[in-house]
Amino acid sequence: MSSNAITIPGVQINEKPWVDTLHEWVTTVDHKRLGVLYILYALLFLVIAGVEALIIRIQLMFPHNHFVSPEVFNRLFTMHGTTMVFFMGMPILFGFANYLVPLMIGARDMAFPRLNAFSFWLSALGGFLLYFSLVGANGLYGAGNAPDVGWWAYAPLTARAFSPGHSTDYWTLALLVSGFGSIGTAINIIATILCMRCPGMRLNRMPLLAWLNLVMAGMVLIAVSPLTAAQMMLLIDRYLGGHFFDTQAGGSAVLWMHFFWIFGHPEVYVLIIPCFAFMSEIIPVFSRKPIFGYPVMVAATVCIGFVSMSVWAHHMFSVGMNSYANSFFTITTMAVGVPTGIKIFNWLGTMWGGRIQFKVPMLFCIAFLFQFLIAGLTGVMLGSAAFASQLTLSYFVVAHFHYTLVGGVVFGVFAAIYYWYPKITGRMLNETLGKWHFWLFVIGFHLTFDLMHIPGLLGMPRRIYTYEPGRGWDTLNLLISVGGFIQAIAVVIFVANLVISYFKGKKAGNDPWDAWTLEWSTSSPPPAYNFASIPVVASRRPLWDLKHPEDPDSRYE
Amino acid sequence: MWQIVIVAFLSTAAFAAASEPTNGTNIFAPASTPAKLVAHLSGFVLAITGIIFVVVFTLLVYSVIKFRGRAGDAGREPPQVYGSTQIELAWTIIPILIVVVLFLATARVIHAVQDAPQPPGALEVTAIGHQYWWEFRYPKLGVVTANELHIPVSDPANPTPTFLTLLSADTDHSFWVPELAGKTDLIPNHPNRMWMDPQRTGIFLGQCAQYCGVQHAKMLLRVSVDSPEDFAAWVRGQQQPAVQDASAAAGRRVFESNACMNCHAVGATPANGRFGPDLTHLMSRVTIASGAAKNTPENLRLWIQNPNAIKPGSLMPAMQLDDGDLDAVVSYMETLR
Amino acid sequence: MSAMANPFPLAPATWRLPDRGKVAMAGLIVAESAIFTIFVVAYLFYVGKSLTGPTPREVLETPIFYTICLLSSSLTIHFAAKSLARDRVGAFLGLWVLTIVLGGTFMYGTGQEWHRLIYEHGLTISTNLFGTTYYSLVGLHAFHVTAGLVMLLIVAILGAAGRVGVEQSRRVEVLSMYWHFVDAVWVVVFTVVYVLGR
Repeated sequence: MSSNAITIPGVQINEKPWVDTLHEWVTTVDHKRLGVLYILYALLFLVIAGVEALIIRIQLMFPHNHFVSPEVFNRLFTMHGTTMVFFMGMPILFGFANYLVPLMIGARDMAFPRLNAFSFWLSALGGFLLYFSLVGANGLYGAGNAPDVGWWAYAPLTARAFSPGHSTDYWTLALLVSGFGSIGTAINIIATILCMRCPGMRLNRMPLLAWLNLVMAGMVLIAVSPLTAAQMMLLIDRYLGGHFFDTQAGGSAVLWMHFFWIFGHPEVYVLIIPCFAFMSEIIPVFSRKPIFGYPVMVAATVCIGFVSMSVWAHHMFSVGMNSYANSFFTITTMAVGVPTGIKIFNWLGTMWGGRIQFKVPMLFCIAFLFQFLIAGLTGVMLGSAAFASQLTLSYFVVAHFHYTLVGGVVFGVFAAIYYWYPKITGRMLNETLGKWHFWLFVIGFHLTFDLMHIPGLLGMPRRIYTYEPGRGWDTLNLLISVGGFIQAIAVVIFVANLVISYFKGKKAGNDPWDAWTLEWSTSSPPPAYNFASIPVVASRRPLWDLKHPEDPDSRYE
Repeated sequence: MWQIVIVAFLSTAAFAAASEPTNGTNIFAPASTPAKLVAHLSGFVLAITGIIFVVVFTLLVYSVIKFRGRAGDAGREPPQVYGSTQIELAWTIIPILIVVVLFLATARVIHAVQDAPQPPGALEVTAIGHQYWWEFRYPKLGVVTANELHIPVSDPANPTPTFLTLLSADTDHSFWVPELAGKTDLIPNHPNRMWMDPQRTGIFLGQCAQYCGVQHAKMLLRVSVDSPEDFAAWVRGQQQPAVQDASAAAGRRVFESNACMNCHAVGATPANGRFGPDLTHLMSRVTIASGAAKNTPENLRLWIQNPNAIKPGSLMPAMQLDDGDLDAVVSYMETLR
Repeated sequence: MSAMANPFPLAPATWRLPDRGKVAMAGLIVAESAIFTIFVVAYLFYVGKSLTGPTPREVLETPIFYTICLLSSSLTIHFAAKSLARDRVGAFLGLWVLTIVLGGTFMYGTGQEWHRLIYEHGLTISTNLFGTTYYSLVGLHAFHVTAGLVMLLIVAILGAAGRVGVEQSRRVEVLSMYWHFVDAVWVVVFTVVYVLGR
């Protein structure tokens, strides 16, 4: 990637053939290149799944609309959810972890570079498998095609009896394969952080991004495995005549739900915790202060990691668990809101008394704070089992989780891209285009997802390809769809910015943001070996100490 | 042409006037105790979360405005504050207290709704979810019907609630009539119970809330809350054997010699299929195909000829009848009051 | 910031971090334990719930001998790894091969048991809930034993070719962690299937 071309007069230097560059990229084990591959892969799926969402929204613009058939609609929402969670969210966050963790801890690469590459290609295969279903899944009665069982694939809808053909199997296999990739990456992240830190970087001097990715990786190990196990059981049911979820043989549909959500809930924390990491790195730099309460931030994250393993059945409040179970999951769900709230307060405390610079990464961070506050509060509402008996399975939930996943994860990812793009490519993204992207996306996001809460309160269930007029849902759905198109325009501007700036952006230099963590001490982009010599650190902000030798952090920690 | 329009408009208007006032699906317009308990709790939760929102939102806006960097700041860093134990304690303890309060308020409602004992005067209904219709049985009254539930209004002084047992014949479904109660799922091999005691008469609408397959969207619910007299009259009507109308004998022959009997039941006739809705009193229902179309002869004819025109993907097959048979069987259906 | 003098402070006197092979294997063990936990939960949940077919009490015979074989293999591999760390390659190789033999005996025992269950009692994975959960859980474990045996065999072949010395002792230790995990899982599976489940 480093295109440091040296011109020597009178000497003809041949450009490297494109096939050699391609070969380098395909066979790379360099954490930086694998990080970029993950991120590009995820951005591709962001666009694909976004188009799926737009088609869904066109269908829902008017009651009794006929833009797509119910079969196609059901495939669309299944693919949209599955793609966004597994082939956009996970890869992009693994990509950033891969790129940044070694740099931030002063290492030359991840602990296991070849495992790293293997994990990436496994994840990539998963995405390919999921979309291959569009052509490959035709089974009996032409009943194939993309999976249409919802991204949670509840039993017994996924049994052979109700889902003939192979579409469900593509769902299962795609996630099984990419799940192994995720576990491989998680093992790699943990081993890297525990075993490859540069001298002086004790655990309580690591950047918060390293800490939070450590917690995230630990959660992946514990949370992805239940999904893997459940999917093996589903395959055994579908192909070996097993009865795990076969209600006719005494099996339990609720057991699938438990297994799925034991994965599914920690999974959403796996998605948000790296975004908390981005906030914790970016907000201090643009407030010109250190993160407020570093030890508390670590403790709160570890706390979230543990407590989030105990809340899963709040996704099952309508299933008919007894009142003690519902009460238990109410208290644990509300409890997990406490450390999350603490983090929001600490970011607020970081900004407080600072000198805030409203560069584009910071704009996305500020929006994140507002949005995650709201998302957390609607989460508290959904955590109250009795209130949730009305809210669950309705558009209120859809609004809530899009608030966390788009308003939280996507905004966090945008912030990270604007912040670290200069480091990765050596060029700055265009600020003007960035601001257009930001404001259009904020307007579209709020138009869509603020309003989306209301149809839920008015009784609109989710996963319906059309709805009855006259229930108060009509105008709202139209406006929600309009917001989706505004977001789409913003994303087009964003992609244009990425491409144009790659060729024409201002040169970034090592440290365009005047930041304090180790990745900014090396060139942009970094050389393959990351650092000329392994750094030694004495505080949480080694570059602050260098820039302010009269007032180093090491004096206060 | 215009005569047809006027007639259509008038018959629709007459139809609308003749039917009960129809309620909406707003969770904040509860008409029954479970829904009311939840609505009151939600008001409380919204109030508390609203206060939290206002406080934190204000602080965020304030900090973004007050601490914005100014042009003359270049190079000067603000005081580097690392944290504060007292503040951390404050914003840990206060949220914990709020959580405890919200939990206790919620637990009360959970128990009040889920653990409510069934009084002796309660009506028992068994609801069985199918792809994509609702079967309702009143075991103690000997009534079997589909898609449109009739229950008596409940006087708070002398409650006559309806207790539903929820079962499923195939995939997972969910019974959701927002103004009467929170939703409860119908899961095969996992019977559930719920109750409602509507305190005003009228029609209450809802639909299936758990994705159950292709036509999940059109598995609509229509609950008619009747006065005690109207309810008794309805029950009596449903308990009658099927009307034997000699003029529809041809249609009945078509019905019984085609595959209709394999799926549908008509009381006191050889037809006793259980896969599809019971048709004994089909004409007592306002809609067909679980709310997907109004119960008119035209719609009935279209449904039998080509169900996919009304509900694509429903499990009713197109019956491949010729026009004569089709008209005859529709006439027969029209006699099943 | 070009590569001049190292701009960072002096290194601490000692800087020792855990061995990455062991950390990675620990991570893998955590993930695998989670998978096994789910299968164990399913097994326990469905105890006594089969609608038809043979019950555990009717058909299961406690595999004491084969269990002893497998658990002893943990001892032999432990001593094998220790021998290699002390550069006693001959002892290492002998104990290593003994481990493989004991593991292979265990697999033979599983195969024999399955043959009896299928052909004498008609219990297959599709017979009833017991069949499904039994073959899945025991089968998942057997698969992990097989994977372990393959890895042990590769090391044995390399060892026979003289390529395994004290320099590889760290890697051999990491592999033996996996083998201990497989044995520990068997303790759990054995308890759940042959003790609790009956």
